Amino acid sequence: MPWNLTADTPIYLQLVERMKSDIVAGIYAPGQKIPPVRELASLAGVNPNTMQRALSELEREGLLYSERTSGRFVSEDPARIREAKASQARELTAGYLDKMRSLGLDPQSVIRMITEQTMPAPSDGQGRN
Amino acid sequence: MAELLECRNLTKKFGSKYALDNVSLTLGRGRIVGLLGPNGSGKSTLIKTINGLLTPTQGEVLINGELPGVESKRIISYLPERTYLNDWMKVRDIIEFFADFYDDFSTDKAYEMLERLHIDPKDRLKTLSKGTKEKVQLILVMSREADLYILDEPIGGVDPASRDYILETILTNYNENATLLISTHLITDIEKILDDIIFLKDGKVVVSGSAEAIREQQGCSIDAYFREVFRC
Repeated sequence: MPWNLTADTPIYLQLVERMKSDIVAGIYAPGQKIPPVRELASLAGVNPNTMQRALSELEREGLLYSERTSGRFVSEDPARIREAKASQARELTAGYLDKMRSLGLDPQSVIRMITEQTMPAPSDGQGRN
Repeated sequence: MAELLECRNLTKKFGSKYALDNVSLTLGRGRIVGLLGPNGSGKSTLIKTINGLLTPTQGEVLINGELPGVESKRIISYLPERTYLNDWMKVRDIIEFFADFYDDFSTDKAYEMLERLHIDPKDRLKTLSKGTKEKVQLILVMSREADLYILDEPIGGVDPASRDYILETILTNYNENATLLISTHLITDIEKILDDIIFLKDGKVVVSGSAEAIREQQGCSIDAYFREVFRC
């Protein structure tokens, strides 16, 4: 998957977000060893120092941990990962609501739209089941 | 240990014109540094001075604590702004030439890169396009195990796909303690791999620092910041 980094915000922050999404989505499973810094840097097309900084940040947040000799691993603590997931979801929701607000929609209309979109299409007549 | 590169109050005058005006900077190990500035800002003059091709009017350059000379040439791999290779030579002859000349040259690495970029080692330099010639030169420079790589406008004539490969090569090949100094106008293409940047204007350093810190402070890309600082 391409990394789609933009140059107008600090790159390490974008790398942190991306790695977080991958961990939350289970692309990197709990306890799994992640590729070495250089490999990740080359995949993302960024400087290894920048990738290093992002990984250190993720370690600080407890989503990754490193074993001195064998490499870096995803946290095995499900609560940590749940927490990261919830925080990403909150951020995405806040961003979405901001965009809707700029379109002039109040939260009530937004909720209505979401309900409409997520409800099964109404069947013709009174519904048979 | 001495800094890898230190410029102290470096001044270079051509006649009465200042090409470098009191430039002081240091480069540590393991960094990728962008030397950025508009045409005529002194980038190539600075690079030539570091490589000992020009002598400073005032101030000094120290590489590993020593003045430019035989030792500094051993540890610096330099890509000049223009070609100096004999164009009657075949690519493989030049590789042999480099392997003979530099202790730290890896022939295997050179051939591997030639293959990836679809360059035939049997071709004479004369028959290659401008962009392909540039690729050959860059391959020669990156096939060394140097401490400091200095690339003067390395990707100008190279197509975008090869550019990606070259940047990837730079990222995967240079060793962790090596430093790269890259001068370029093509900031967008390389800014994601830069640790630090130096902006030169009229021979003076006007901005220098970490690329991420500048993005954070300015809220924009290095490319956008460059356009702002050097607005015509």
